[in-house]
Amino acid sequence: MNGKGPEDARDPAAPPALEWKFAQVFGERTAGEEVQEVDIISAIEFDKSGDHLATGDRGGRVVLFERTDVRAHGCRRDLERLDYPVSRHPEFRYQTEFQSHEPEFDYLKSLEIEEKINKIRWCQTANSALFLLSTNDKTIKFWKVQEKKVKRISEMNLDPSQAGGNDSSASSSTAGPRACLPNGGCSYNYMCNDFSFPPGGFPSLRLPVVAGQETSLVAKCRRIYAHAHDYHINSISNNSDGETFISADDLRINLWNLEISNQSFNIVDVKPANMEDLTEVITSAEFHPTHCNTLAYSSSKGSIRLLDLRQSALCDNHSQLFEEHEASSSRSFFTEIIASISDIKFGKDGRHILSRDYMTLKLWDINMDSRPVATFQVHEYLRPKLCDLYENDSIFDKFECCLSGDGLRVATGSYSNLFRVFGCVAGSTEAMTLEASKNPMRRQVQSPARTARSLSSLTRVVRRGAESPGIDANGNSYDFTTKLLHLAWHPTENSIACAAANSLYMYYA
Amino acid sequence: MAMIDEPLYPIAILIDELKNEDIQLRLNSIRRLSTIARALGEERTRKELIPFLSENNDDDDEVLLAMAEELGVFIPYVGGVEYAHVLLPPLETLCTVEETCVRDKAVESLCRIGAQMKENDLVDWFVPLVKRLAAGEWFTARVSSCGLFHIAYSSAPDHLKTELRSIYGQLCQDDMPMVRRAAATNLGKFAATVEPSHLKTEIMSIFEDLTQDDQDSVRLLAVEGCAALGKLLEPQDCVTHILPVIVNFSQDKSWRVRYMVANQLYELCEAVGPEPTRADLVPAYVRLLRDNEAEVRIAAAGKVTKFCRILSPQLAIQHILPCVKELSSDSSQHVRSALASVIMGMAPVLGKDATIEQLLPIFLSLLKDEFPDVRLNIISKLDQVNQVIGIDLLSQSLLPAIVELAEDRHWRVRLAIIEYIPLLASQLGVGFFDDKLGALCMQWLEDKVFSIRDAAANNLKRLAEEFGPEWAMQHIIPQVLDKINNPHYLYRMTILHAISLLAPVMGADITCQKLLPVVIASSKDRVPNIKFNVAKVLQSLVPILDQSVVESTIRPCLVELSEDPDVDVRYFASQALQACDQVMMPS
Repeated sequence: MNGKGPEDARDPAAPPALEWKFAQVFGERTAGEEVQEVDIISAIEFDKSGDHLATGDRGGRVVLFERTDVRAHGCRRDLERLDYPVSRHPEFRYQTEFQSHEPEFDYLKSLEIEEKINKIRWCQTANSALFLLSTNDKTIKFWKVQEKKVKRISEMNLDPSQAGGNDSSASSSTAGPRACLPNGGCSYNYMCNDFSFPPGGFPSLRLPVVAGQETSLVAKCRRIYAHAHDYHINSISNNSDGETFISADDLRINLWNLEISNQSFNIVDVKPANMEDLTEVITSAEFHPTHCNTLAYSSSKGSIRLLDLRQSALCDNHSQLFEEHEASSSRSFFTEIIASISDIKFGKDGRHILSRDYMTLKLWDINMDSRPVATFQVHEYLRPKLCDLYENDSIFDKFECCLSGDGLRVATGSYSNLFRVFGCVAGSTEAMTLEASKNPMRRQVQSPARTARSLSSLTRVVRRGAESPGIDANGNSYDFTTKLLHLAWHPTENSIACAAANSLYMYYA
Repeated sequence: MAMIDEPLYPIAILIDELKNEDIQLRLNSIRRLSTIARALGEERTRKELIPFLSENNDDDDEVLLAMAEELGVFIPYVGGVEYAHVLLPPLETLCTVEETCVRDKAVESLCRIGAQMKENDLVDWFVPLVKRLAAGEWFTARVSSCGLFHIAYSSAPDHLKTELRSIYGQLCQDDMPMVRRAAATNLGKFAATVEPSHLKTEIMSIFEDLTQDDQDSVRLLAVEGCAALGKLLEPQDCVTHILPVIVNFSQDKSWRVRYMVANQLYELCEAVGPEPTRADLVPAYVRLLRDNEAEVRIAAAGKVTKFCRILSPQLAIQHILPCVKELSSDSSQHVRSALASVIMGMAPVLGKDATIEQLLPIFLSLLKDEFPDVRLNIISKLDQVNQVIGIDLLSQSLLPAIVELAEDRHWRVRLAIIEYIPLLASQLGVGFFDDKLGALCMQWLEDKVFSIRDAAANNLKRLAEEFGPEWAMQHIIPQVLDKINNPHYLYRMTILHAISLLAPVMGADITCQKLLPVVIASSKDRVPNIKFNVAKVLQSLVPILDQSVVESTIRPCLVELSEDPDVDVRYFASQALQACDQVMMPS
């Protein structure tokens, strides 16, 4: 704007603001349709390639979507070399769904365990089978989703309808398959003793012929990692080494080997000896995208800790602490509550960490722990209403955040099914407000985001996107019941998937 | 549908069930694959069964695992070694599945088959298979290939050998850490087949790359390679190539790498020889014993005896013993516990003088450790010290430690010490035992916890076996029988249990004169639980005692009990009476 700071010189480098367009919606609500509680989406995650998308819901189901605008893994690179029109954008289609978790009851503690999927994480793909981890409050499950041939067997030696010891699928309804097993076994033993096999074998025996080329997707639970968390699991995250992952609850972080489900190692424990001394809980944790020994976790006090797993087996001492100290003048009753970080994400480069607290998004550079490199106001117009938000518990809503694959932009959700996209390169003034509907730009504010001049010239820390208060005055009442908590950015393209209650909206730019 | 002769019926079922809906039946058929193969004959096995198995490989992992295992021993059923190659295709596909245990089993079976194949068959079939897997699109195939090189390499002609070495080098630099880990794990096996000239150049450069990998998990496995490669190399090459690496590893930033070094270091000492051991490995080991991370100290402390055995006593006394002294007062109880479990083994290495002068104070301080596991670990290995310094020196400090453990508030600790009592008794001798430990053994019979009372009864039996019935008659039996008047029925029950255990050791006479009257008297107890336990004990005494005694004393008592108002007492009394009858039968 009118500042002549060094940022302005870099302005041309900042990419132009994106124009977001509606791409797809799954599970759109028709007017007046009631949303079933179990259908509300509670987790969204793209896989590493961006060819697959998974959502989890409060009913414990996981739904998979696959990208349709690219044919196969191998030829995508060739396709990209061709000159395609810019309008190409990722398109997904429903692939399959499965019931990941069921409601349970912990009889020892008299606690109901909800089936709600808290987090989904994709694992390394192998042999065209998809692998993912899903978790509810207590139990993590490892799923394999694979095409299976639908078998039609013909050319049996024995007629399945024939009576007797033959146990084909037809007879299982009457005798039960297990009942026939000893029968086969006995006869076999008798053969062994009294029978001599001719050198050429018996020509009358034949192998079954499997016909049919159709396949269907089958999800199979491969492992269950249970009984390791006393509190509710808030995050799971895969390590870049491909063999371990972590799970974090309010007070502890455990390290697992994917292949071993009966033991895990506790690597962080913030539980005080006396629970009355408890002042801070873990809210989110994530592994570094490439450094297998680096792990970050956020806390309810608004700090982010970076751990080095090499240093010691029990990582109670952090290697770096990222914290921003609020000026004491601006403190209020709500300061501590809204400082709580609800989500952190590493950038793909591994150098930046994005954090979301109630009012802001903060981008941190791991080389600077004193303050974030950028702070974005998500819904500053709610600040006067914090009291109401506290009254109706909305202030404890946990919004997720995400970074674009190129690291140029960040996004997070808000109320009234709105979400915000900010440019985070130095000098960018991009700050979009989008609505999770078929017309995302409906709520776009015309006035450009302001830059806080005094701050930027002094510290280079840029505060952007503080919205003009006019939007509050334009008659829109903010709906705290429709909140957009979950969203994910496609790993390679400018495409965002976000959840509005039970609907999954996808946008591209 | 074909008509099948009656005798072939079971085999026909077995074949059909290869494709049954029920996984148990499929598994059953796969486990009997050899029967199916014999029924089909060698030629049809090669031409039909094996291709059939290759095609139907999208089964459950349990079935695939069984298939991988069966195919490993299938050479006789396909017509012998010259046809072994037909088994490779199904195993090759099994090498690419996602489940690790299936892949491992397939690799194992391939190695087993490859080891039997003729040299030119290996070149024609096995080497191409390894190359295909190593170039596989998915990491699973590449992981499996790493475990096959050592079979393929030795029979390959020179140009293929060069190619295989370079492929292995590429696998060690694969994008996927899983592949690099597999390559690091199998490097030792592969290196053992490579000619010495290439070993020093190519394999060592591959190894050096692995030792500098970004992923801790890869470097960890490279540590294991150190010992394996060290054994293959000449001592001087080992000193120039491996020694610097292991010294570096011992100072790695990652505690997990240092932990591996602490576990492996002693194996390398032999490979490098005494002088480099003294100059480089001892300082490295000392550093590990003083590591910041408790896990590393635990691993290092656990190897202290093995390491000292390789060193000369002077070196051990000069360098290792001071660290051991420090570790005995380590802040981590697990370190002290690891040390306590092995430190006894150092005594023979150091010799009597050094043991008494240096090691004994450490034993004693560990015996007074606040953490019961540490004390227990020392006591469990007591026989080893006894051989060197004799028990007299130890017994003074041993006793307080034992007494304290015997009264520990955790019953598991008490249980552990009870289990060592017979060992202690044999080491300490009758005299010492009578004075100090006898009272403890009696005290446990009245412990609050059932498991302790139970173990105490067993302990008495083992002591009686150790010191003989005469000794037991004097030192155990009177005290035990005294306690039958305990006002609490649970303790009376323990005594009955102890009597039933002691009786076979004591023999018929003592049982009849001393033990039996007490049992009979208890049949008048007011608590039914005691009464039916009397019935049980009497039943156990029947085979020991003379028939006349059974008839004159036991039977009347049981008859009386069999008319008891309590149903359980009647039941056990009638059981015991039946046992009496059975003994009478043969006569």
